[in-house]
Parts: sequence; C-alpha cells; structure tokens
Amino acid sequence: MEFEGPMQVAEALRSANYLADERISQVVYLAGRLNKPVLVEGPAGVGKTELAKAVAAITERELIRLQCYEGLDEAKALYEWNYKKQLLRIQSDVDHDWDTISHDIFSEEFLLTRPLLEAIRSTKPVVLLIDEVDRVEVETEALLLEILSDFQVSIPELGTMVANTQPLVFLTSNNTRELSEALKRRCLFLHIDYPDAEREQLILNARVPDLSEHLAVQVAKVARSIRSLDLKKAPSVSETIDWARTLIALSVEEVDEEVLGDTLHVLLKYQTDIEKAAKELTSSPSGH
Amino acid sequence: MLPVITGFIDELRAAGVPVSMVEAIDAMKAVEAIDIGRRAALRETLRATLVKNLRHERAFDTAFDIYFSTLPLPSDSDQSPDTQPGETKDPSGPDGGAGEGGFDEDALFSSLVNALAGMDEEALRRAVREAVENLAGMEPGRPVGGTYYLYRTLRRLDLDQIEAELLEALTGEDDLTEFEERLLREEIEVLIERLREEVQEEIRRRLVADRGREAVAKTLRRPLIEDIDLMHATSNDLAEMEAAIGPLTRKLAAKLARRRKRRTGRLDFRRTVRKSLATGGVPVDPQFRHPRPHRPDVWLLCDISGSMATFSRFTLQFTHAMSTHFSRLRSFAFVDTVDEVTDFFGPGIDFGSAVSRITTEAEVVWLDGHSDYGNSLETFYNRYGSQLTSRTTVIITGDARNNYRPPRDGVLAAVEKAARALVWLNPEPTAYWDTGDSAMSHYARHCTSVHEVRTLRQLEEFVETLTLPSGRASPVGVAK
Repeated sequence: MEFEGPMQVAEALRSANYLADERISQVVYLAGRLNKPVLVEGPAGVGKTELAKAVAAITERELIRLQCYEGLDEAKALYEWNYKKQLLRIQSDVDHDWDTISHDIFSEEFLLTRPLLEAIRSTKPVVLLIDEVDRVEVETEALLLEILSDFQVSIPELGTMVANTQPLVFLTSNNTRELSEALKRRCLFLHIDYPDAEREQLILNARVPDLSEHLAVQVAKVARSIRSLDLKKAPSVSETIDWARTLIALSVEEVDEEVLGDTLHVLLKYQTDIEKAAKELTSSPSGH
Repeated sequence: MLPVITGFIDELRAAGVPVSMVEAIDAMKAVEAIDIGRRAALRETLRATLVKNLRHERAFDTAFDIYFSTLPLPSDSDQSPDTQPGETKDPSGPDGGAGEGGFDEDALFSSLVNALAGMDEEALRRAVREAVENLAGMEPGRPVGGTYYLYRTLRRLDLDQIEAELLEALTGEDDLTEFEERLLREEIEVLIERLREEVQEEIRRRLVADRGREAVAKTLRRPLIEDIDLMHATSNDLAEMEAAIGPLTRKLAAKLARRRKRRTGRLDFRRTVRKSLATGGVPVDPQFRHPRPHRPDVWLLCDISGSMATFSRFTLQFTHAMSTHFSRLRSFAFVDTVDEVTDFFGPGIDFGSAVSRITTEAEVVWLDGHSDYGNSLETFYNRYGSQLTSRTTVIITGDARNNYRPPRDGVLAAVEKAARALVWLNPEPTAYWDTGDSAMSHYARHCTSVHEVRTLRQLEEFVETLTLPSGRASPVGVAK
C-alpha cells in the first residue's frame, strides 16, 4: 500500500482539506497496511463520510458508494441478473440448443453489477464506502461479511469472483443499532467524536478560508460550550462550518450574545434546543 | 513486546471486554506494522483492533495506562521521561531530580499554573511529578487503586485556587463580558481536567512500579457499564447507559414488529417476471410483496416508588427512548396507584422535564406513597383494561415488593388474557424474589415471561431472546 506512515497519511489528508487527528491517521494507515475494512462510528456530521472521500482523493482512487437503507437487498447491493435481457435472448433464439442458451444467459453480459460487485471487479484499486450500515437489517448485514473478510463475492451461476485489486473499505455507522459481532470482528474500529476546540478551529480555517483566526477561535469555543449542554441534537461540525459562513455573510467580526442569539438556528435544529441554548448562554449569570 | 500484549489482552478480557482470537491476531499483526516507539500510535493501534464498542473504551484506557506506562520505550517527544520499574520502589526516594531536598509548595503551585496557562506539556509533566512525589504521600505495597492518592494530591493542590489564578492569568487586560467569561471558564475546566488526568497517570505509573501491572490492573478493574447493577447505578453511569439504550429500543421495536410471512401483499412484478423465466416467460407462479410489518402496540408499566429510584430512572430513560420508535407506545407509572404518563414523553420533549413533570403532575400516590402493586394493577385494569387488544404487549417493570399488602394477582391473569403478551422485568436477583415482601411468584405465574434485568447486559439479552406469540390469531388481520 502506498502509505508510508501515519504522519504521511495525516499530511496527505490535510492537503485534501481533511484534518485528521492521531487516531484517524493511525487507523487509515493500518487499513492500508493490513488490508482491513474500517468501521467508522460517531455522531452525525463529524466527517465520517468525508473521511472516505478524502482518502479516495489522496490515493487517487475512484470512490464507489453504497448508501444503505432499510430494505436494501442482494439485488441492490451486490448484483442482479438482467432478466429482461435474458428473456429476450431466450425468445429471440430458437435455433440453438438449450445448453448453449443456458450457458449464454448466465454470463457476465447479463449481469447487472451493483456497488459491492463493482468494487470487486474494478481493474483499478478503489475506495468502497458503505454508508450508514446501521440502517440495514441484521440479516442483510450478512451480505457484507464475505466481501469484508475475503474481498470476494460468490455468484452461484458464475462461481466466486475475487477482487482484482484490494479495495480500501470504509463503513460508517451512526450507531442507531448495535452491529453484529461478526461484522465488527472483521473491521478496524474508529470512533470519531466531535473535535476538541483546537482541532475544530483548524477545521474551520481549512474549510472556510475567509474566516479570521480570531473568529475561528470564538466559533470553536462557542460550539464546545453548546455541545456541553444536554441537547436533543448537538451541533455537528458541518453545522459549525455553516455557522461560520453565516457570520461571514453577516460580516460579523466579534461573536457576542446578540449575534449568537440571532444565529442560533443555524447551529441548532430543534426549537427546544434553541430555547435552551439561548437561555443558558445569552442571559444567565456567568459561570454555572 | 509479545508477552506484554498478550498480558494486556488477558487484562481486557478479565475486565469484560470481549476480544476474539481473530482480533488478538490482528492486533499482533498491526503492532508489527507500526513504530511502537510512539506510545500514542501503539494506543490507537491496539484500540482500533481490540475494542469494537465505544462503551469499552474506558476499560481499555485504564488497562493501557497500566500496561504501557512504564515500558522503557525509546524516548520520543510524546513519551514522558519514564521511570524504570525498580527505580521507584520507594516513592519518596530520588526520582528524576526535581523536587529533591527542599520542597517549595508555592513554587510548585506557580509552575503548575504557568504550565497550564501556556499549555506547556513538558513543564506540566514535570510539575505533576513533583506534586505527586511530595503531596500524595504514597505508601509502597498497599493494595490500593490510587483514588485516595489522587484525592489527596488534588486537595493539597487546591484546584479552586488554581482555577482562580488561571482565570486571572488568561483574562488579559480588558474586562470580560459575561458571555466571554463563560467561554473562558469552560476552557479552564478543560485545563483542570487535563491536570487531573496527568496526576492520575503519574500515580498509576508509580503504583505499577511498586506492585506490578497485574496487581494494579486487578485493583482498578471496574465493571463495564453493561454490568453495573441498575439499582445502584450513579447518575454518571446512567448518563453513559443512555447512549446504549437508543440502539436497544430500536432492536426491540424490530423484534416486536416481526410477524410470520403472509401472502397478502401486492403483486411483485419484478420477481414474478424473474420467476417466470423458468417457464419460458409464462408467469405460472406469481410473487407477492411482503405485507408491511404491523406497528407494535406496547404498553409500559413502571414502578417509580422511592425504593426503585435509580431503576425507575433507568426505565423512564428506556421509556423515553422507546417513545421515539413506537408511535403507539403508552406508558404508565405507579406507586400505590397508577396514572398514564404517555403525554409527558412526546417528540421534542427532553428527558429531564418529562421526569420532573411525572414526579409532580402524575397522580401515582393514592394513600401513603408506599408501593402497592395490588391496588395499582387493579386500578390499571379497571381504568384501561378495556383498551387492551390482542396486539398489545404489556411490559411491567418493578421489584414486586408489595409492603405485605395483598397481591391481588388475579387481575394480572385478566390482563394477560386480553393482551398479546405480558412481560415482567424485575431488577432484583432471582434469588431475592419471594423473600420478604416480594410477591413475585404470585405475579409471575400469570406472565407470559419473567426476566431478571439487573444490568444493561441483561436487558440486551432480554431483547435479544425475546420471542412473543406471533399475535393471537386476530381476525382483524392487518393493523389499523
């Protein structure tokens, strides 16, 4: 694998505008070295999906994405036979004997590849992103196991298809459901939490170049402060970035109570949360 | 290195973290691929390969601090100047040079404040070493976990004073607005927490040097969050459990919704044509979509009396989480009579205010505020029993301690008959059931199933193994 060490990974990710901490760069490096999938877990909006995209960018690989949802099945995730085409083939051909035809209709020509199979069959190495894997049912998770441990897919009519190249696999989960032991065992585990104020400030500077250093520090501190409250939905990194952009659009130079009160709705999405944060941060006596 | 890592894995397993053979092998392979001189790299590598659940990270960190603190690793910027085992057998003996001879508490204090204010890691580490050496009063050979030493060091350091000085040092020239001061205070909290961690680590390092890894690890082993007794959980524990409850309720929702496949759905055109290939395109065997799973109808009945305070807080948390997954959840609370509390947990209502409303507004006390299961159940049945249907699952949580009042368990038989299933979750160990004023067996005989749920793990097991009669053949069929 092309990674030299975790430091180099962190640096490369930074050039792709993704600020990785020690943990993230270490795990990405290991994924490359050990050829193991990475299960990325964490609250919504901390950059789990972004990480896979950034890794694809720095390794110059194509990103193949499988978005999971309830009811995802084999036909949508792995492969499906193109039955319409098979039907046409059978009906249009009355001259050949059955053996030839049956051999014919179960060939790759009639195979519709879905993201997982596509990642396996790609001739160039790819990054495979299996997004929000906690949304599929436990039974469907089993579909992934073969691909995760051996990078292969078995198709009864065709045999086993082994990956031409080793894909880098990222699975993301919001932890709405406990994933199966079997799946976890096959993966490296990476928990990404909200960044600390220092790192968040760096992220803001990288993502919102127009933002002044001073404002970035303030935004990061306010975000930390709000996250320490007991909220229904804490502000994600993407929301603090939106907030920073809002502040620039309003040409704010200094965050004070008034500005915060006016723009809280960018950070928080529930009315109860907004009220609570407004009460806590903007008028209460200092301290606790 | 290998024996240390196997020892570390053994310790993780002893602490309850499930580490499979495959994962252990992965960890070994991974360690070969990294620069083990960097402690942070080693930590993240072992974490990624061995710990697959966020809830186990605390146990991991404790074990890691113990097993890899005194390793004589090649020095590196993020590697503290480690003490070799043996050197510090006598904690008051010479160690590093700092703070030998005349110990100046004031100087130490100001160097700590300066180190924290300037975030100077190296200086902080040095100051902490000095502080622990002189203030902790560690006695070699005592089988302790270090909590007392931590407390003693921090008390002598006077955290409030440090906080005040930091506030002054970081304030600068101008007066702060309230808002700015709040942000600054939060920053100082982070620094203080950092100091606390540093002191704790230093103490553990010394303990390990004194008594060896295995011994210290054993004293420090805490039950995992899923093994903490719910009756005695602290509010911190409960907060930590909250994160685990969400996924669990979702699983329970899926379980309760599952039904046998029936052929009542719409025609599935794609699968029908696909299937017709076998018969040359003639759709001999039409395929149907599965009917949508019906929405489970769940009623929760929680004992919220004083003796159950911690447990009921947990069950209310559970109820709160459930209410997001079950649109048809109804919840009831009781002490010596029962009241419906469904409306206190709506979407967008936070848990804290729901609980305070339940304790103040719900009419759950009728006579004297001591648990009366008999009266509660009877009132429950008289008031709401007629609304039970063959699709309703009733879950009762409580210790069945009835204060020697009549159990009046006959009413439960009626509930069980009317409902799809009646499940009782008891937070007491099975051995205590029917001792004293517990009337568990009176109630148990009318329940579809009874479970001991003392820990989060047992609740998980309950959800995992739950099988309910798949609907008493209801002639109505699909849910309304």
